[in-house]
Amino acid sequence: MELKLIIESLLFASSKPLTVAEIKKIFSGVVDKSEDLQVKIYKKISQREIEEALENLRLDIEELGRPWSLSCIGGAWQFVTRPEYAIWVRFIMGEKPRPPRLTQATIETLAIIAYRQPITRAEIEEIRGVSVDGVIGTLLERKLIQQLGKADLPGKPTLYGTTLEFLQYFGLSSLDALPDADQLRRRRSGALQINLDNENQKSEKTEIMEKEVSPEGLAEDLEHKEVDE
Amino acid sequence: MAEYKIQIPVFEGPLDLLLYLIKKEEVDIYQVNLAHIAAEFIEHLEQMRKMDLDVAGEFVVMAATLIWIKSKELLPVEQRPQILLEDQDEVDPRWELIRKLVEYKKFKEAAGELQIQEAVQEDVFEHQFPKQIFPQLEEDQALRVSLVDLLKAVNGVLEKIRQKGAEHEIVTERWTVHEKIVSIQKLLQEKKKICFTELIHSESTRFEVVVIFLAILELTRLRLIRIEQKVRFGEIDIVDAVEAV
Repeated sequence: MELKLIIESLLFASSKPLTVAEIKKIFSGVVDKSEDLQVKIYKKISQREIEEALENLRLDIEELGRPWSLSCIGGAWQFVTRPEYAIWVRFIMGEKPRPPRLTQATIETLAIIAYRQPITRAEIEEIRGVSVDGVIGTLLERKLIQQLGKADLPGKPTLYGTTLEFLQYFGLSSLDALPDADQLRRRRSGALQINLDNENQKSEKTEIMEKEVSPEGLAEDLEHKEVDE
Repeated sequence: MAEYKIQIPVFEGPLDLLLYLIKKEEVDIYQVNLAHIAAEFIEHLEQMRKMDLDVAGEFVVMAATLIWIKSKELLPVEQRPQILLEDQDEVDPRWELIRKLVEYKKFKEAAGELQIQEAVQEDVFEHQFPKQIFPQLEEDQALRVSLVDLLKAVNGVLEKIRQKGAEHEIVTERWTVHEKIVSIQKLLQEKKKICFTELIHSESTRFEVVVIFLAILELTRLRLIRIEQKVRFGEIDIVDAVEAV
């Protein structure tokens, strides 16, 4: 059985979106219990192979021109309808329960945080040229951003970054999927040292952050946290 | 009476206004004549003030910067203040401003892309399979009641009536489900919660109990009421579901 077709069957039958880690877990669970050689060949399957299979599957479905697509949102894969068919689908599904759209000021601030995280309030204001006090509050309230810790700068300002909810809200697979991500994402400069004093952070999270303060790492980590729950 | 005032576009900040003015000039950001833009910028601030718009401090700071740049450019080259060599931090304010504008413009455009994504997501529906629903405990620990629990309660009441020895009932169609629905709803308007046994009084006949039972089922089906139990096999409460939401 072809890997991507097995994965498709899982996604098709699952009642919730599946992450690569979850799919891998399913594979090891099945392999452990089975003596079937057709199953055993997947014993050493890697995350990378699963990712590739998912990407191939996505392209396959795209080529078929179906009114749905395979979409990765915040690291989790699922089938979604194409936006062109919303007028029909909405009749049975109703309006999606979404908060009101973001204002210009809010979305500009959010864009700056998304591309330049971890970022302090002062840095955001430097780019926007105006105060962002109220806007930061709104974004925190809507859980689109979160505090990532304190910057090792005078006054220990708070660092902000986006959340898993941010990726879900905009239907993004990861921060790399942001438009023009390669151009606008923060170059690793090392100028900003993260000083994590948030005791709630899991030790493994701290590890990831110390290794490299990468927003992708954070998003992935969040996603794993979800899986654990 | 406040006089009517025309609308002008709302700018997110001084950089936003500057970008707008540069766009109007139809020149490249790097080629822009900031001295010329300065005049327009200040004119705009005046307009905003006339229109009772609060001109935020940031706009005034930007106006000052622009005037400073303009004043420097007005001086003959040989009279311009020389940037001291040891003062490495001193940067050409003109380039500093242009750098900021370019940076801001990138994010403004990125925000525009996100706005499109935001709208598209409203039109994307996830493939759904019904999830298994487990009974949820309410905050007040009330248990949702199953049909079996309700039947048990009804049977309990019927048993009591039977024991009372009302064997020779005269069956008259005194009760209708509709009437009972109306009376239960009326009771619920008075108090938020009624107990199942409260609905039945000592004179209730078998037939009346059955009608009450049917009325409760109908109200539940219509999601007008919710039936709850504080403890398993305990009293069954009827709660106004509309109110409870």
